[in-house]
Amino acid sequence: MSELYELGISEARKGIANGDFTAVDLVESVISRYESDDLHAYLTFDEEGALELARKNPRAVPVAVKDLINVEGQPCTCASKILEGYVSPYDATVISRMKAAGFIPAGRVNMDEFAMGSSTENSAYGPTRNPFDRDRVPGGSSGGSAAAVGGNLCIAALGTDTGGSIRQPASFCNCVGVKPSYGRVSRYGVTAFASSLDQVGPMTKSVEDAAVLLQAIAGHDEMDGTTPREPVPDYAELIRGASLKGVRIGLPKEYFNVGGVDAEVSRITDEAISKCEAAGAELVEVSLPHTSYAMAVYYIIAPAEASANLARFDGVRYGHRSREAHDVLSLYAKSRAEGFGPEVKRRIIMGTYVLSSGYYDAYYGRAQKVRTLVKRDFDEAFGKVDALLTPCAPTPAFKIGELQDPLTMYLNDLFTIPSALAGVCAASVPAGFAKPSGLPVGVQFVCGSFEEARLLKICKAFEDAR
Amino acid sequence: MKIDAAYVAGLARLELSDGEKAVFQPQLERIVEYVEKISGVDTEGVEPMMHGRPLVNAYREDVVRPSMDREKALSNAPSTVGAEFLLPKIVEGAES
Repeated sequence: MSELYELGISEARKGIANGDFTAVDLVESVISRYESDDLHAYLTFDEEGALELARKNPRAVPVAVKDLINVEGQPCTCASKILEGYVSPYDATVISRMKAAGFIPAGRVNMDEFAMGSSTENSAYGPTRNPFDRDRVPGGSSGGSAAAVGGNLCIAALGTDTGGSIRQPASFCNCVGVKPSYGRVSRYGVTAFASSLDQVGPMTKSVEDAAVLLQAIAGHDEMDGTTPREPVPDYAELIRGASLKGVRIGLPKEYFNVGGVDAEVSRITDEAISKCEAAGAELVEVSLPHTSYAMAVYYIIAPAEASANLARFDGVRYGHRSREAHDVLSLYAKSRAEGFGPEVKRRIIMGTYVLSSGYYDAYYGRAQKVRTLVKRDFDEAFGKVDALLTPCAPTPAFKIGELQDPLTMYLNDLFTIPSALAGVCAASVPAGFAKPSGLPVGVQFVCGSFEEARLLKICKAFEDAR
Repeated sequence: MKIDAAYVAGLARLELSDGEKAVFQPQLERIVEYVEKISGVDTEGVEPMMHGRPLVNAYREDVVRPSMDREKALSNAPSTVGAEFLLPKIVEGAES
């Protein structure tokens, strides 16, 4: 290990405890990477602010933050022009918890605008590049987080996942990415995309780091009514000595007989299954019969909720106001036209359409019912098995500009959307590298709601067996 | 059921350029066509799922607590006057 920015959270904490270096050294090392960032992983970095926190808490570890999570005094653009110049007036709950648990928010990383996308190409500030191949995308929407972790531009990062936005980029950039169960982590101070789906989660260099960071941010928050008063287990302690012996792992057949899956992704997933079996896991074929409807359900529910959430951008209280506005209608319509990018506009239109009078029952109402059926599939499967193992993304990272059609881009989230709809927890763990490209490929583990301890144990045992 | 991108954008208070209308219309038609596959699912007697968890109301004590400073709340406003947000004239015939 030659440079401090190559460390993960656990290694960094050991080094600090040994007196080898301090938080200031760590932050300075990460700043050196920000200054030479040729992936465009970072959007901005409050260098003096991070160093000041490091001086106050010399045992703390810096963490990069996706640019839709509010940190007081820092910009929070959501990678949108509409929030250019915005300065957060308060800390999100995940940020105040992170600070209290010995972490420093250090650097704001790129993303698809308002978390809408699977490649980070939808950032109004330009795309991020994949650290394993600069002509390729890092995935998305948490592509800046993934590129910064996978490319050693930071120690660890926070991302958000609505339909796969932590897990797919984690797979593309060789990191661990955990989407917690719906309700496990507070979203107060996190710009809302689709409120019945959004979750904040860790993106890290190891499963242990993910456990430590998740523990710091999880738990009840009275500012987010979806977070129950369930205690947060000591994840880092619980994953010690984790084993796959006797663990029942379900292989949902609907995830293994779909078209469009890259041959190398299939090979690496099959190898992962064999490794789990060799490590003592019991493999069970299961069925999630409504899987093929999940994408359609998601592309009704997520845009519907997004269109409502983004109605707050009206040019009145904060965000961009058009100079052409001359009355109330043009104030709204022109400010939004100038501020939002194409994918956000498409989703606002789609969401408004499925909620509009006469169409609500056929689309949004019906999608919510099919969502119940998708969730029941998971409930039934988890009656038989402890976890599911599936591919995470259908392909390794694709080329920048390769996917032009929105619907083709949406299909990237085929394997991550159903678990998001069900509200259960899921993670992507590095599983291997595609040949001959050398691009990383992750596999996905899925566990039941609030079963993060079990999920992390299985991920840790898989990481050790790999 | 066919989506009219320009009309729906109007409902969403979103102005589209002619170029955007031409690009979005066929894209949205394909997306709508794709999501219509759920019409084939039997949902008779199925309850809708509103959230990722079965939710009940989350109550808290109704007590007065400090909120954000006015100065801070106004700090990101495009335009202010005194303690208020300043807007373009929105009532016909009124003085701006």
